[in-house]
Formats: sequence, C-alpha cells, structure tokens
Amino acid sequence: MINTRVNLAGVELKNPVMTASGTFGSGMEYSEFVDLNQLGAVVTKGVANVPWPGNPTPRIAETCGGMLNAIGLQNPGIDVFCERDLPFLQKFDTKIIVNVCGKTTEDYCEVVERLSDENIDMMEINISCPNVKEGGIAFGQNPKAVEAITAEVKKRAKHPVIMKLSPNVTDITEMAKAAEAGGADVLSLINTITGMKIDVNRRTFAIANRTGGLSGPAIKPVAVRMVYQTAQAVKIPIIGMGGIATAEDALEFILAGATAVSVGTANFANPCTTLDVIAGIEEYMSRFGVEDIGELIGAVK
Amino acid sequence: MKTKELCRVISQEMISPDIYSLWIETKQIAAQAKPGQFVALYSADKSRMLPRPISLCEIGADQKSIRLVYRIAGAGTKEFSALRTADTIEVMGPLGNGFPMEEAKGKRALLMGGGIGIPPMVETAKQLSGDVTVVCGYRDALFLTEELSRYGKLYVATEDGSAGTKGTVMDAVKEEKIEADVIFACGPKPMLRAIRDYALEQDIPCWISMEEKMACGIGACLACTCQSVNVDDHSHVKNKRVCKDGPVFLATEVEL
Repeated sequence: MINTRVNLAGVELKNPVMTASGTFGSGMEYSEFVDLNQLGAVVTKGVANVPWPGNPTPRIAETCGGMLNAIGLQNPGIDVFCERDLPFLQKFDTKIIVNVCGKTTEDYCEVVERLSDENIDMMEINISCPNVKEGGIAFGQNPKAVEAITAEVKKRAKHPVIMKLSPNVTDITEMAKAAEAGGADVLSLINTITGMKIDVNRRTFAIANRTGGLSGPAIKPVAVRMVYQTAQAVKIPIIGMGGIATAEDALEFILAGATAVSVGTANFANPCTTLDVIAGIEEYMSRFGVEDIGELIGAVK
Repeated sequence: MKTKELCRVISQEMISPDIYSLWIETKQIAAQAKPGQFVALYSADKSRMLPRPISLCEIGADQKSIRLVYRIAGAGTKEFSALRTADTIEVMGPLGNGFPMEEAKGKRALLMGGGIGIPPMVETAKQLSGDVTVVCGYRDALFLTEELSRYGKLYVATEDGSAGTKGTVMDAVKEEKIEADVIFACGPKPMLRAIRDYALEQDIPCWISMEEKMACGIGACLACTCQSVNVDDHSHVKNKRVCKDGPVFLATEVEL
C-alpha cells in the first residue's frame, strides 16, 4: 500500500496535488469534469474584500509552450465568495485553500479576518500578481514588505498561512526567508513571470494590459530551480508550481523539495490534468517501490 | 462527468480561400448541441496549449456528427486545415448557451452573419422552421450560400460589390426593405454595433453572438469576458463570461 498523504503545517492532504489559483475558479465549473473528492486540495481564485472588475480584454495570449495572462484578479468579493462559492466547495472531501488578494495591507487583513470564522483549511496570500497596478506584486518584490505583510496577516489568521511568491525578483531565497521570518507556515511558488507578446499583424500588444504573466510548461525549469533554491534556504514546506502538466513534471518539483504541487495552465489544455498527475505519481511510486511519498520530497540534493 | 472526445474526421474541404469545412464524428457532442453553441478544438502540438473555440455550423441529421466551418487565423487553425478523413482530433463541447430558438417561434426571424460569423447561421436557419430571412456579409468570395438559401430567403452583401448589395449587411437590409420580429446575429463588432442600433431604433428584440480570446472555455478562468450594461449576477461586476454566459447575449445587455 503506497502512501501519498502529505502534511502542510498540520493540514493533511490525501495527495500532494492541488489546483493553482486563478486557473480553476472556485471549482464549480471544473466539477463537471473532475471529481473534486480526488484532489489533495482546491486552491480558489484570488478573492478581495470587494468585487474587482479585472482588466480590459484581450486578457490572454498563447505563447510557445504556455500563455500570457493579465486577467487582473477579477473576483466577486469576499461576501459572495463566502455565501456562494465556499458552501459549494465544502460539499467535497478535499481541502480548501482560499487565495487572498488586496490593494493595501488593510484589504488583505479584512479578507483574512472575514475568513477566520469560515470552515476552510488554509489561506494563500497573493503578494505576487504581476497584473494589477496596486497590491499584488508590490508586496512581493521587497523582503521588508514581504515580512511585514506576512506578519500582519499572521496576527489575524486562524488558519495556516501560505505566502505565494513571485519569480520576478533577483533572489527568490531572500523573499522566502523574509516570509518565513514574518511567520509564514508554508510558501508557494512560482507565480507567473512577467512577459509580453506583440501582434505583428495588428502592430500592437497582444493583450490589453501590454504585459502579462507567463505560465505553462515554458516556465517549468525556472520554477523547479526556484523551488530547489528555496528548499535549501527555509525550513517551512513548499508548494511547487509553474508549468506542471504531467506526473513527471510534478515529481521534478517534489524531488527538488516541494511537499505539494499545483496544476495551473495545464487545466486549460486538459481539464482532467490534476487526476492524471495523481494517477501518474501513484504509478511512479509503485514502479520504483516507493512506499511513502515523503521519501521523494527533496530527495535530489 | 463531462470529458473531451477524441473525434474522427469524416471529411474536410476548403470552401473558399482560407475557409475550411470540417465534418467530424462525435459520441455525445452532436446529440447535445444547439445552434449558436461552439466547441473547443485542441491542437495535437502540445506547444499550443489552448483550445480554439469554433462555432457549430451544422449538426448531422443522425446527431452523430458536427460540421465546423472556420478560417485559418494562425498556426492552430492551420494545423486543423491539414486534417484528412480518418484522422482524429480532440474536441470538447458543446460549450456556451446558443441562440434562444424559442424567441423566434412563429415570428419573422432575421439571421445576420458577417465573415466567419456566418457559419452558425446554417444550423440556426435549419432549425427555425417558418419565416426565415438570412443576410450575410462577405468581403468578396461567397461561401455557405447554397445551404443558407435552402433554409431561408438569402440576401448577400459584399464589400467589393461582386455579389448582392455593395456594402454591409445593414445596407442590404435597407436596400431590400427587410422586416423582422426578431434578430440573431454573429460577426465582427462594428457589424454587431450597427445591427444593435438598428434593432433598438426599430424596437426588434436582438441577440448577438460575441467572440473573445478564450482559455478554459468553461467559465472558470475569466479570460473571455465582455462588458455588461448592468452588474452581472455571477461576476458581481459589469462583466460576463463569453464562453459560459454567452456567446449569445441580448444586444441590450452587453457593451459593444
């Protein structure tokens, strides 16, 4: 019998596979394609204290082996989220991780406080969205700011806190250590890498926001490298993501030091990617006689 | 659980420069499909991750096949154009809401298509038995006119004047003094704006099919939003999802 259970700050997941925030809504649409009970966790799309309209369209563009997006964190606000989306997710036997976004420290804290009384498992704080003018990445590119927002959130949160880090920095380990110093329970990385695409026929930017976040298999080597570096630098667990489309991809992150992994853009290419990754990890463990997935976490030094 | 289907190609032909007509066999898609809905086609080249949304042109009489008519717009559609009989392609669908066919029952229906917005009008006209007028706008070369004239009274407009009215679909409507009780339209935004303005002025209920760059195709990622006049019930902002809430909207509920 193989054991795929992993533990993130006291929260036990039946397997290490979850969804990457923003690619899976709050699970409702994908539940027609994926049995959510099979997932280690569902990570929701970012939610703010009030509804956000997001950016103008076009919001996305395909690139080789990936895509750029600048959705701009459109969300219905925490009230609707708690009344409509959370009760839906609570019907399933999976862990619920709520992604939180904000423009100011107060915005983040308002959502965190509101979530404290809700039946969720963890929250993930998005300090790394490259597509909004205020908040998002502004908190994630300076170690002092990372530590400060982490500490403010931790003061109010009743659930374990995941800080989601941006790859758009010179040294990811500085940000990781700052989040750890601020009291983060878990780190997730990487968010998207800022990019640009030009439409040569129309001689304009392919997406209305001009820049967007690059995701998909194209960014995987960068993500694996950053997860590895971070795993050497901090003691808290890591959720690895960035271009995972297969079980082999997920295993790279786990071997590099991630305790859990998220599937994002690959959901668009195949809505059942998460299930395929879970099955593939089990198959790999059987094939190599690995009884506990813990044996694989950070096994490549 | 819903799933993608691996579909077998029945046939494909080029029906106009860069415009292809593809018939594929489906297990469930055809039986569930309605006029105005679309499917997502997946590239065999995994460096192209996102599905291409293509409108349904026809649903086979046996409900086991669908016809897709699309224009080559880039590498993905170029790849699809090389598909031959017995090849396979991954398809998800049907997606979106489709035209509200019940709104046209017993009424004089006017279907308007522009360019690659013309294909969905074939199945729509086919399923609307009764008084159906179709007005199509082309740049120059015509396509699907044989099918369309089979299911309705067809008028065409061409930008170069090579066939029908020289000008736009609205020029044809005015020149031919076409009257209607309900309008269904699909095409480029300037055309949809002109049709919406005409429908408002004439007080004709009008539904339009919108297009936007899509990723998930099922309403989760919020890439393909369009602006709505009022705060939307789902998004709680003035945005609607083209893939899930549309692609067909009442012309007065969205900003064009």
